[in-house]
Amino acid sequence: MTLTRFVTKSAFRNRRRSLLTVLSIMFSLLLLTVMMTVWHSFYVDTGSAQSASRLIARHRVSLTNFLPAYYREKIRAVPGVVAVAPTQWFGGLYKDEKPENFFAQFGTDPEEIFKVMTDVKIPPDQLEAWQHDQAGAVVDSELAKKFGWKIGDRIVVKGTIFPMNLELTIRGIFTAPQPSLSVYFNWKYVEEAVSFAKGKTGTFGILADSPNDVPKIAAAVDALFHNSPEPTKTESEKAFQLDFINSIGNVKAFILSICLAVVFATLLVSANTMAMSIRERTREVAVLKTIGFTRQTILGFYVGEAVIVALLGGLLGCLLAVGLVSGMAHAPGMGFFFLGMKVTFSTFVLAIFVAAAVGFLSAVIPAYHAAKLDIVEGLRYLG
Amino acid sequence: MVIPISYNVRNLKLRKGLTVMTALGIALTVTTAVFLMALLAGLDKAFMTSGDPLNILVMRKGSTAELSGGFDANLFPTLKTLPGIAQDAQGDPLASGEWVVVVVLPRKDGTGEVNVSVRGLMPGGLALREEEKDSKGRPRMKLLEGRWFSTGQREVVVGKSIHDRFSGANVGDTMDFAKGQWKVVGVFDSGGTAYDSEIWGDVNQIAVDFDRQGGYASVYLRATDPVSADALKNRVSDDQRLKLEGTLETEYYEKQTSSGGAIKFIGTVVAIIMAIGSSFAAMNTMYAAVAYRTREIATLRIIGFSRPSILTSFVLEALLLSLLGALVGIVLILPFNGMTTGIGNSLTFSETVFSLHLTARVMITAVVFALVMGLAGGFAPAWHAARQDILTSLRA
Repeated sequence: MTLTRFVTKSAFRNRRRSLLTVLSIMFSLLLLTVMMTVWHSFYVDTGSAQSASRLIARHRVSLTNFLPAYYREKIRAVPGVVAVAPTQWFGGLYKDEKPENFFAQFGTDPEEIFKVMTDVKIPPDQLEAWQHDQAGAVVDSELAKKFGWKIGDRIVVKGTIFPMNLELTIRGIFTAPQPSLSVYFNWKYVEEAVSFAKGKTGTFGILADSPNDVPKIAAAVDALFHNSPEPTKTESEKAFQLDFINSIGNVKAFILSICLAVVFATLLVSANTMAMSIRERTREVAVLKTIGFTRQTILGFYVGEAVIVALLGGLLGCLLAVGLVSGMAHAPGMGFFFLGMKVTFSTFVLAIFVAAAVGFLSAVIPAYHAAKLDIVEGLRYLG
Repeated sequence: MVIPISYNVRNLKLRKGLTVMTALGIALTVTTAVFLMALLAGLDKAFMTSGDPLNILVMRKGSTAELSGGFDANLFPTLKTLPGIAQDAQGDPLASGEWVVVVVLPRKDGTGEVNVSVRGLMPGGLALREEEKDSKGRPRMKLLEGRWFSTGQREVVVGKSIHDRFSGANVGDTMDFAKGQWKVVGVFDSGGTAYDSEIWGDVNQIAVDFDRQGGYASVYLRATDPVSADALKNRVSDDQRLKLEGTLETEYYEKQTSSGGAIKFIGTVVAIIMAIGSSFAAMNTMYAAVAYRTREIATLRIIGFSRPSILTSFVLEALLLSLLGALVGIVLILPFNGMTTGIGNSLTFSETVFSLHLTARVMITAVVFALVMGLAGGFAPAWHAARQDILTSLRA
């Protein structure tokens, strides 16, 4: 029997206890992986290469204030700007107020929106059909799947901010790298029906020449309107999204505190198991020592055992998390929160590493005590 | 015959390390769950106490929040002369045309910018809110410092939460938003309602700064009594020419509470997953306790204790363990009680501040939650103990 085999065998010698420990660690790691995934997608993920070259300009006061539509041509003249398209949140209701029927509707310019969002794919004939129909709309493929929409279907959206109903015909279905649950329609439709919306828009999406130009363009655009009655705030797409997340509340502290509690609880569970299992084997340790195993080897045995159990629990928990996250990302009615989230490879590796580290730490103290056990005392131990 | 509970207490004491670690594991789970529940309780409180059943909020038909759109100012005279509206000392109707807009302010602790609601009111709007009573019949609205804003001036009064959480929100400071500077002349306390997270100023000044002249986002009417409140609400909603909708202010805030839905969902999932993990850990501890006492259990059986009483005894021991966990968990959360935090709201796009609220209900739920974990973890080992064969056990 090799040493590795010895350690693996002892790790699962009390099957029920090992199983319970693995299950306990599994659930903790499941939670930890999900939380780390949320963290990653909010704060680490920088989005696609195309997203890094995009900026969003909004009213300095807040997102709910309008910008004049004529800003568009002025922004276009800023060096490094490739394309500019307006987008306005319509905020209407589809069918009823239930959250599962919620999706975003943006009024925009069909001619240019996909020149800004270059990572969105739409068949050219569908795009053209949309450009020719002022009451037409294009919808996200995930959203179309959710509601079973096909090209040619009509949808009615009841206005809440704007006193009108949109009666849209679906002219195209687009696929975005991150499913967005959104519908785009021609803003002229609203401008012609609602007087206070005329010549106004909420934000401008701007495509820069290269990601390096983004900070320069942001500063140039804001400088352009600095002293006007409608000053702007321009930032990268990622920064804009982060602003939005921050407005929900202190999400960072929330996630961190849950992660800490989970890791600490896992540590306790694992340490508990190791303490129990090492104590039961006091006499065995004495025997091992008598045969001639050194303290270091014995220390290694127990630490190895704990790491194996924790790793198994961690691995199962991570795999479960991969399934859970992808389930939630596609489940209807989950809203925007888990949209497009995926457990990345680095998150997976990190979670496994945390599991191993927890196993290691949990075994150190009991294993140390076992290693320095006095042989005679150990042999006399009655357990 | 029942095995005395002191037997279990002594056993827990005997294996101190194990007991403490298992209880701590349960405690951490309880702490997390209590934290989330207290958060929700605080949020509910901020919205539930908001609104007054005698106030009627009139908005354009189809609007779901005061922020979305507005209607023509010409409709205001019609609204304020409707029957059933209470009057102030001068005989003027208690009615107010208002705007709610959102501005971005930097947080005091430097953790970024937050959306804050700014409300423009008519003098009637202040009078109307001073009529509001709390559950004990005392006026709810209090001016903590300074005075109310005066009409026609670029002056604002700030809610208590704004005063606490943002820099430059003291009496005498100036705030910079929209088209210029605003002087802070007072701080008010609305008794923990959503108004505490708002900044108030003169409606006309606000409308000019935000280019919203000639209309109102909402009109508030104060009814004389609950019956006329209902009549007033229906009258506004049923009049086809007005294209407006009346809602009792209390109903309006009840709807907004649903913004806690996401937290509620995530919190429940987190608590359940952690609880399952802790139950397995408790099960481990209890199995160890049973294995350790194999011979002892057989002895108890021989003396005459029945299987059910052994089962009960071990289940009780698991429950004691989890109760200890619950107590430690609650103690761990105590320092956070009253801590304030804000939550964004998709309806108003702005932050509502609320405090962590450790109510009796939250604590009872926590204890029950822990006991369920103890029961889930303790039953199987206890069953195992009760079913042991006496002879084999004695030989073990």
